[in-house]
Amino acid sequence: MSAFLELRNVRKEFHSPSSKRPIVAVEDISIVLEKGQTLGIVGESGSGKSTLGRLMLRLIEPTSGSIEFNSIDILSEKPVQLRKLRSQMQMIFQDPMSSLNPRMSVRSLIGEPLDIHKVGTPSDRKAAVAEIARKVGIELSALDKYPHEFSGGQRQRISIARAVINHPSLIVADEPVSALDVSIQSQILNLLMDLRNEMHLTFVFISHDLSVVRHIADRVAVMYLGNIVESAPTEELFNNPQHPYTKALISAIPQVKSHLTTSEKTERIILRGDIPNPASAPSGCHFHPRCPVALPTCSELVPLLRNYSEHHEVSCHLVDVASAK
Amino acid sequence: MSTFRRILRRKVALVSLVVISLIFFAAIFAPLLAPFHPNEQFQDGLTLQGAPIAPNSHYLLGTDLLGRDLFSRLIYGARTSLIIGILANGVAVLVGTIVGITAGYLRGRTGAMIMRFTDLMMAFPALLLAITLAAIFSPSLLIVALVIAMVNWVQIARVIYTQTISISEREFVEASRSLGASNRRILVKHIFPHLAPTILVWGTLGIATTVLLEATLSFLGIGVRPPTPSWGNIIFENQTYFVTAPWLVFIPGLAIILLALSFNLLGDALRDELDPTQRGR
Repeated sequence: MSAFLELRNVRKEFHSPSSKRPIVAVEDISIVLEKGQTLGIVGESGSGKSTLGRLMLRLIEPTSGSIEFNSIDILSEKPVQLRKLRSQMQMIFQDPMSSLNPRMSVRSLIGEPLDIHKVGTPSDRKAAVAEIARKVGIELSALDKYPHEFSGGQRQRISIARAVINHPSLIVADEPVSALDVSIQSQILNLLMDLRNEMHLTFVFISHDLSVVRHIADRVAVMYLGNIVESAPTEELFNNPQHPYTKALISAIPQVKSHLTTSEKTERIILRGDIPNPASAPSGCHFHPRCPVALPTCSELVPLLRNYSEHHEVSCHLVDVASAK
Repeated sequence: MSTFRRILRRKVALVSLVVISLIFFAAIFAPLLAPFHPNEQFQDGLTLQGAPIAPNSHYLLGTDLLGRDLFSRLIYGARTSLIIGILANGVAVLVGTIVGITAGYLRGRTGAMIMRFTDLMMAFPALLLAITLAAIFSPSLLIVALVIAMVNWVQIARVIYTQTISISEREFVEASRSLGASNRRILVKHIFPHLAPTILVWGTLGIATTVLLEATLSFLGIGVRPPTPSWGNIIFENQTYFVTAPWLVFIPGLAIILLALSFNLLGDALRDELDPTQRGR
């Protein structure tokens, strides 16, 4: 299969007036995503995953690198073309309370993509809004209400309806369930998965919650300080993590186990400290100050993202040592 | 229910609307309502010592320092004050809003240049600017209104500028952009509705300042030319009698307060009704 979304050596620096050093939110990321695939991106706060999501849709301009969507170089598109293209690629934001204009009724919020791209006649649009509202589970009688009159879960349904009403082919969801109650999370996840299967969406799912990503993604990329440190098909990543950071993240997933099988209990790897400031990233492997198994070379040499097995990439000096044995 | 209907259900807003309507009515039908000509000096309009006469059945609100009927001057003055208040303030709000939105939305070099110019205007003493402008153009009601607008748009531009910046950084603007919305659509549908409360508050607050600035200009001899009455210049003409004839200052002052307050309260109600999260509270 051919690449549907391809990022090559994408880098994003933010310049703050207070410091001379740029903040490198995304250092050097290349991603190939096939049509219909779901990519999960996980990482701590500050790892650059939200920035990466916005770069994919060119909501912010990358400092360098190239991005192709459906074989179109979106970075060289003119503003008018890019706006037209946006009906094909949509974003679902973390907090619907802030991503929905509080002064617009739900009907006009859901219908906004149709208005923007002048799809059909007004009565067509009305019918489309009603249909999509039914599909995401918003009652028709609630369409004239305003966002603040809904619960968090309902609000996220509204933003999902907005994202899919124009039948896009790519959706980037930035932590779409992390602002919701756990009981609502699974409902919204199921809705997203149903829509994905029904509409053959290519999906990028950004989250800090590994169990949520495991549930929805075909492939998972783990980010640390602006780089992908490991990426693999979901089950491979969870069953056979190679990077010490991925191992630590997976060991931190809460598990329910009976007392009888203590021998099966996985060792919990505890990482000390916080993610470093991206304005002054550690030398060599950015993870080495927190890495439990770091070697002297780790602070000097930057590890490259290399194939561990056919679909499994990892950037760690120690993994190469292991496979050389 | 329409916004207008809902506003009528608010008691305070309704009273304000009535007061504003009455003032408008008085201004429009001044020749029919005023008992005397506003500029006529009456023989019996002053005491033997030459002091103004207190309110009585003949001169309802008394007479001013030149023996003219205060009530008639107040009614005619409503014309001047309303024209100044609405015209000058309207132009100031319009200019300030356009400048502020443009600078706040464009940002970058263009935005910075516009705002530095605004800062320059702000740093310049307002009264001095008004005096200079009024000296260049011979004062007429229209010129006075424009001079006041030239002085007053600056603060509004500043406020709208910062508001536009903060609103355009909110996520629903980014969300709308991600849907493919044009700049025009984002400005009209997403940014402007959130600026409306600020514009309303400044627009209504500005009426009082404008009327008072006109009074200051009149006092300095570059505002509305005497003997044409305006609420502001009635106060200034008579302020020497503040102790012996306080009504001459308090009554027009009260009129200004009433006008400004009514516009403010109506603006508040309008602002609340335009915000769906506040509606009906």
